[in-house]
Amino acid sequence: MKPKTIAIVGAAETTRLGRIPDMSVIGLHADAALNTLADAGLKASDIDGVATAGESPVAIAHYLGIIPTWVDGTQVGGCSFMLHVRHAAAAINEGLCTTVLITHGESGRSRVGGGGGFGGRGGSSLMGQFEAPYGVTGAPSMFTIPALRYMKTYNVSEEDLAWVAVIQREWAARNPRASYRDPITVGDVLSSDMIAWPFRKLMCCLVTDGGGALIVTSAQRARDFPQRPVYVLGTGESVETPMVSQMEDFTTSRAFRVSGKKAFDEAGITHGDVDHLMIYDAFAHLPIYGLEDLGFCAPGQAAGFIRERNTAPGGRLPLNTNGGGLSYMHSGMYGMYALQESVRQMRGIAPAQVPGAKIAVSHGVGGMFGASGTIIFTNEG
Amino acid sequence: MQRTLPQPTPETQHFWDGCKLGELRLQRCAACDETYFPPRPFCPQCGSRDVEIVTASGRASLYSYIINHRPRPDMGTAPHSIAVVTLAEGPRMMTNIVGCPQTPQALTLDMPLEVTFETHGEIALPLFRPAQA
Repeated sequence: MKPKTIAIVGAAETTRLGRIPDMSVIGLHADAALNTLADAGLKASDIDGVATAGESPVAIAHYLGIIPTWVDGTQVGGCSFMLHVRHAAAAINEGLCTTVLITHGESGRSRVGGGGGFGGRGGSSLMGQFEAPYGVTGAPSMFTIPALRYMKTYNVSEEDLAWVAVIQREWAARNPRASYRDPITVGDVLSSDMIAWPFRKLMCCLVTDGGGALIVTSAQRARDFPQRPVYVLGTGESVETPMVSQMEDFTTSRAFRVSGKKAFDEAGITHGDVDHLMIYDAFAHLPIYGLEDLGFCAPGQAAGFIRERNTAPGGRLPLNTNGGGLSYMHSGMYGMYALQESVRQMRGIAPAQVPGAKIAVSHGVGGMFGASGTIIFTNEG
Repeated sequence: MQRTLPQPTPETQHFWDGCKLGELRLQRCAACDETYFPPRPFCPQCGSRDVEIVTASGRASLYSYIINHRPRPDMGTAPHSIAVVTLAEGPRMMTNIVGCPQTPQALTLDMPLEVTFETHGEIALPLFRPAQA
């Protein structure tokens, strides 16, 4: 931390303290946040960073109407907020955001609400009240809901979705570690079990076991290690909403757009500079949204771009070269495996290595279009 | 099997009270005129706490959906829709479309819908059916 580079300019508590049975946990967060914004003379639209514990920063940002380029949900108990200040200082000094709101709310006495941590669907959370009663059972019945609106808007067919799975299987065939390597056809995809119309089983990611880890250090130290360094060229992140039903527009992800733009701006590259791309493919429509929201394709063009083999082996934009969540593996939070493949490609050791690749983009999703992170790598120091 | 039901909070109680009375209640900001959902005691558009409860028309259109072929045990055994509708007043909400076959042919995007309430003990869930008129 560089001394005296960071300041607190707003601070307030909830309007009342003590016994507040008429407010829930997220209501206490919001009350404190609104009082603090007033104290600072700011509006929610002035905030571009959110840190919180107890509730998820996705839920807090959405509840308050904030579009962040940085969030921190570090939750390590009562001192979480000291850590948030420190992390916010680093983020602001690094240019990841300019103005951070750190919130706390806890119904410790009255026990009203709660259960709204990341992915929380407790009966009193907003998801628990306004989505869970309608039969959602996890990602296959939630992440898929926006797709039909996209398909109608851009005249995209079930066959187009199937092509995403078929082409990723071609990549998986080149990867000895992929869970499924046998070639599949569009017909195979469209005759696989119906899961959540229009999504069939082969349009859905696998459910497997596994893990991954990374070590991050300064570029200055990087050359002292045995492996070829992979440098971080640009980064982005954002969140939209913990409730898929409350996305602004079902044909595009705001979190993807904000995250992707920040990463490309930081990296100072154009889309033509990208040699290799990973887009978290929990379901077959994700690469389509990703290609458009990251700016590789105009709205409505990505399905055709994939079908015409631009992202396939031999194409000009190799995508999900490990086989992706659809064919390689998917343990639940697949982002780690997208990063691992990006690193392998930049080291030059991937099973389906893109010859001479110098810049790799790794784009992840969290929740049901709820959050997004983008990392751009290069192997040139 | 008992349907998974919401647990109202102080900030959402008015919505669920309205459903029991056959009213779909939204909130409107007196400062910027934004009509919003889900409920909260301030405007997500401008931050004003000067907000009022309004009764929606109950009219909506079908924005997007899936037909879940692996229903949760409390939803029965037949494939059923999980939909998001656009209310005439602007906000969107998740729901089930009822009163018509649960098929792609019967469920067409942008079809006009109207609210209907299904009672489960102390909770009435707002569902939508094809508009009668």
